[in-house]
Amino acid sequence: MSAPDTRPAPGQDSAGETELAAYNFAYLDEQTKRMIRRAILKAIAIPGYQVPFASREMPMPYGWGTGGVQVTAAIIGPEDVLKVIDQGADDTTNAVSIRAFFQKVAAVRATTHTADATIIQTRHRIPEHTLQEGQVLVYQVPIPEPLRFLEPRETETRKMHALEEYGLMHVKLYEDIARHGRIATTYAYPVKVHGRYVMDPSPTPKFDNPKMHRSEALQLFGAGREKRIYAVPPHTDVVSLDFEDHPFEVQQFDRPCALCGATHVYLDEVVLDDRGGRMFVCSDTDYCETRQAEGHVGEMLATTATDREAAE
Amino acid sequence: MLSRTETFSGGFADPVFDAQTAFRMLMDCMARPGEIGEVALSLSPPAPLGIAAGAVMLTLCDHDTPVWLSPKLSQSPVPGWLAFHGGAPVTPERHDARFAFFETKAPLPALGAFALGTQEYPDRSTTLIIEVASLKDGQPLLLRGPGIRDTAGIAPGGLPADFLRQWNENGALFPRGVDVVLTAGRQLVALPRTCKITAAAVAETPASEG
Repeated sequence: MSAPDTRPAPGQDSAGETELAAYNFAYLDEQTKRMIRRAILKAIAIPGYQVPFASREMPMPYGWGTGGVQVTAAIIGPEDVLKVIDQGADDTTNAVSIRAFFQKVAAVRATTHTADATIIQTRHRIPEHTLQEGQVLVYQVPIPEPLRFLEPRETETRKMHALEEYGLMHVKLYEDIARHGRIATTYAYPVKVHGRYVMDPSPTPKFDNPKMHRSEALQLFGAGREKRIYAVPPHTDVVSLDFEDHPFEVQQFDRPCALCGATHVYLDEVVLDDRGGRMFVCSDTDYCETRQAEGHVGEMLATTATDREAAE
Repeated sequence: MLSRTETFSGGFADPVFDAQTAFRMLMDCMARPGEIGEVALSLSPPAPLGIAAGAVMLTLCDHDTPVWLSPKLSQSPVPGWLAFHGGAPVTPERHDARFAFFETKAPLPALGAFALGTQEYPDRSTTLIIEVASLKDGQPLLLRGPGIRDTAGIAPGGLPADFLRQWNENGALFPRGVDVVLTAGRQLVALPRTCKITAAAVAETPASEG
């Protein structure tokens, strides 16, 4: 150790004075990180299998992404660039809080640009921009067990995974067809990973399922309350369950994004007034803003720009 | 006689950040079998433990993880070094071990003697860290499986004689089975249990990964 370490230690303010409550880099203690790291390695070695881990209490309630936060804390380093999204947006409460948390406890750089990030922690969306090799996508997962709502007993679902007994899941999808004429599951749509484990992709819209298939990026899933970590390595088969006569298909939107005019993206419906006014915009805010900066104009954005000019 | 200096020195200079660097490299290698990771940290584990193997040991082993050491390693200063820097217990029972370490040319016992996990909990299995002479100058091998686009190639020199046969048997147990990290000095390659290994034909050049 020749040069003095200029990195401000977490828990120290700018004056270098140690506050009473100092904590380790990235909040977690080293023993906890090792435990989570071991779980992550086994999760990668057995794609789609849920590895139990000793989830810690975090300074945020369960349901706010404690699983994803613990996974991110175990892998993040000072060189990383972090992006946090909640339903595709960088600027919603959950995303803002978690980003601020890591800026405080790990002093990492944060970004909203998908392409610039090395770690992307996400709640319920996969970015529209195709992920690249070297990026890690960390999902916040509420209920990791895809069979849980079909079989409440952990002992039984574990046995079903052990025996690769997934008939119940197909029955569930079949009942959808019997009742609605099609598979009505639109989010948390079950997938089979590497031809073996049925996995819950977390409550992402099924629109995002094809992005998981043979992705360039490593995908890690953390469920804090349920104490499970699972993973999909890059270039791994992720197949959405379906039937020959009812093949898997994603949501279709009959109009482009109202702000950037993008088609083939996942859109959020925004209610504008109490007279039925509504607009559909990209759920991925970074993708939408990048397109607007490139000069793409959706129909509502044009209106607002004209309005603004008229007002001035 | 154990050398005290060897026991107490040679660990991570900066445990928090060195462990993170080493883990991230190991995680990337586990996610992309065939990719060679390099440990650029300043640590000096006692011989015959290699630098990469030592980094894996300090990154992952602690009081929760019984470690099995090959006969030669257990008679070296390694157990003392592991105890001082990692606090991990050494176990003589292979099936109790979460990690197992082998020096170069150490005979490889049956992989089935280590913990293979159960059908319900396949993660409860041993990870073997095996030191080889090199990762590039030996027998060319083709890797297929999750993490690899088409095929990846490695050429480990000094791999235990019946490793390929044992590895095929290990793969047939999926989802149970052991995972392996091959180390050579500062370099390492991870072989998760899903990785299919075949000997590459001499004329065939291993397809690059992209």
